[in-house]
Amino acid sequence: MNTETPILEVNHLKAYIPSSKGEIKPVNDISFSIKKGEIVALVGESGSGKSVSSLSIMGLNASAIKYRPESSILFEGQDLLKLKEKELRKIRGNDIAMIFQDPMSSLNPVHPIGRQIAESIILHKKVSYKEAMKLALDLLNKVGIPDAERRLNDYPHQLSGGMRQRAMIAIALACNPKLLIADEPTTALDVTIQSQILNLLRDLQKEFGISILLITHDLGVVAETADRVLVMYCGEIVEEGNVEEIFENPGHPYTKGLMDSIPSLYGPSKDILDAIPGIVPNPLELPQGCHFVTRCAFATENCHEDSPTLKKHTSGNRVACWNPLIKEGVEGR
Amino acid sequence: MFLKFLLRRLLYVIPMLFITTLIVFSLILLIPGDPVLAMLGDSATHEKIAELRQQLGLDQPVMLQYFHWLNNAIHGDLGRSIFTGQHVDEALMQTLSVTMQLVVVGMIFSIVGGIFFAVTSIYFPNSWMDYVARFFGTLGTAIPTFLVAMILIIFFSLKLNWLPATGFTSLIDGPGTFLKGIILPGFSLSLAGIAVITRHLRSSLLETMDADYVRTAYSKGVSRYRAIFKHSLQNAMLPVVTTIGLLFGTALGATVVVENIFAIPGMGQLVVNAIEQRDFTMVQGVVLVMIVMVIVINFITDIVYALLDPRIEY
Ligand SMILES: Nc1ncnc2c1ncn2[C@@H]1O[C@H](COP(=O)(O)OP(=O)(O)OP(=O)(O)O)[C@@H](O)[C@H]1O
Ligand code: SF4
Ligand SMILES: [Mg+2]
Repeated sequence: MNTETPILEVNHLKAYIPSSKGEIKPVNDISFSIKKGEIVALVGESGSGKSVSSLSIMGLNASAIKYRPESSILFEGQDLLKLKEKELRKIRGNDIAMIFQDPMSSLNPVHPIGRQIAESIILHKKVSYKEAMKLALDLLNKVGIPDAERRLNDYPHQLSGGMRQRAMIAIALACNPKLLIADEPTTALDVTIQSQILNLLRDLQKEFGISILLITHDLGVVAETADRVLVMYCGEIVEEGNVEEIFENPGHPYTKGLMDSIPSLYGPSKDILDAIPGIVPNPLELPQGCHFVTRCAFATENCHEDSPTLKKHTSGNRVACWNPLIKEGVEGR
Repeated sequence: MFLKFLLRRLLYVIPMLFITTLIVFSLILLIPGDPVLAMLGDSATHEKIAELRQQLGLDQPVMLQYFHWLNNAIHGDLGRSIFTGQHVDEALMQTLSVTMQLVVVGMIFSIVGGIFFAVTSIYFPNSWMDYVARFFGTLGTAIPTFLVAMILIIFFSLKLNWLPATGFTSLIDGPGTFLKGIILPGFSLSLAGIAVITRHLRSSLLETMDADYVRTAYSKGVSRYRAIFKHSLQNAMLPVVTTIGLLFGTALGATVVVENIFAIPGMGQLVVNAIEQRDFTMVQGVVLVMIVMVIVINFITDIVYALLDPRIEY
């Protein structure tokens, strides 16, 4: 399924917010790539920089957020960070599309669903409004909305939560994007509907070969959906690996903590605060050395001074930790 | 469905109208000064006063006076001016059309001006237009209407001689002269409205520009222009519709000042004269019509709101 050409390559992405109290670095030097047809999950606690990372790809971060010049986001070889707004607009919704956490607030309350899907098509394709509405109808059928013909003229408030998220996905799929970014697409939905939406995403990926960047803090979602996992903490990627390896053989103490907090059928699950004691540090006062040091049970002296970088281990995972939980040793970068 | 909604709204209006008549009628009773004394002068004899009282029905119990008045009012008879003897309803018909033309023009200025300032301020943030809009939005309401009218007259009529300072021609009698005559009074009437709409719409737009659905629009690849005009503005207008409805009432009240400065023969002028002459039947008539107009405007506001916001169930 995975061909080797990456469709997206994020290199040394550094996003910062200058402020009078000092600089906040919501994303501090992260690099990763997404291959064609791959589902990559980006996980981490609230505030770890997941949304800022994904909005960087879309070029939709608040204007307060700046990028260091060495950052680059290559999409099919083009650096998105260097593109002009006008050129970015041609890519947004067309090659890269996005769905958001809360489908109620993410849909325009005063426009019918059909019109919101058709808008995307008209923006990028030379079709009439009528043809666009026909395509919108096909899309609603494709994402599994029953009675699609009637739903076309419905307003968002007339749909259930799950239907709204399906409509959101229909908007995102309107122009057959190559990359779909889903920022917590199931967090606002209840459990049964969550797995329906995840199934839908997986089916779409299989059917159309779309690459998906799936952002979530729910590891259950990750296990169900993703091929590969990126774990973020305080703006940095602390572990990266295939989904099986991450679950079976977590290398970073933070990843391990996240795993322990998953509710399980077999043993007592821990609350996230039991699994990982303490709180996420204030982004203005990040600890020196490893940012996880304030909450880590495995911390040693050098953790307080030197920042660990990602190193590849024999398990295949890349881990940024001086004392990784995988003991087979380092394979080099 | 929509018809049913209209009818239901209309049903609310009826008790409101009834209460209005009660208030209008009793307000007159509370106004100090005896109209009979005012009419006859201080030297009138007791017999004369009693006679006139009887003539006007003022010797009857208050409740009876009210029902008598209400019954006539429903049949379009608001009595005669106790000063000139003119039929009140006739006087109202003549002046109402004039005042409505003035108020509608003033409100068009307010709405167009308010939307223009608010949108340009949002479209060009931190530009001089933005600062003008913000400054005006904050201070525009503090400038009294009569002062605006005076300044406009001094500048555009007396200095530049571009527009007339007084007089009124009805729209049907001559659109050109109507326009020339209505610009200054219309603008005087609208200034506070422009400021209120600018301020309210601007803050409403600021909020909707940050809304999730606008971010969704951007993620589809829309331009800033489209994001503002197709996604932000319609949502931002919703709360402003209510404000516009209220402004109609304010503008109606402000015609009293504007009509007197620009010598426009409307209801505002009529009521000022009537008050000066203690012409209480006339005052009653004007106040009643003004309140009824405000109720009608509220009714229209509700309907416009329902048409703009699909979430309102008919
Ligand atoms: N526009 C902004 N202005 C100031 N700070 C911001 C802005 N956007 C994000 N941040 C900060 O950047 C950091 C990362 O935020 P981000 O939204 O990426 O977190 P997240 O991982 O998506 O969290 P969540 O799970 O809550 O969505 C946070 O500390 C946040 O306060
Ligand atoms: S580097 Fe040290 S503090 Fe950081 S996670 Fe590893 S062991 Fe813990
Ligand atoms: Mg987020």
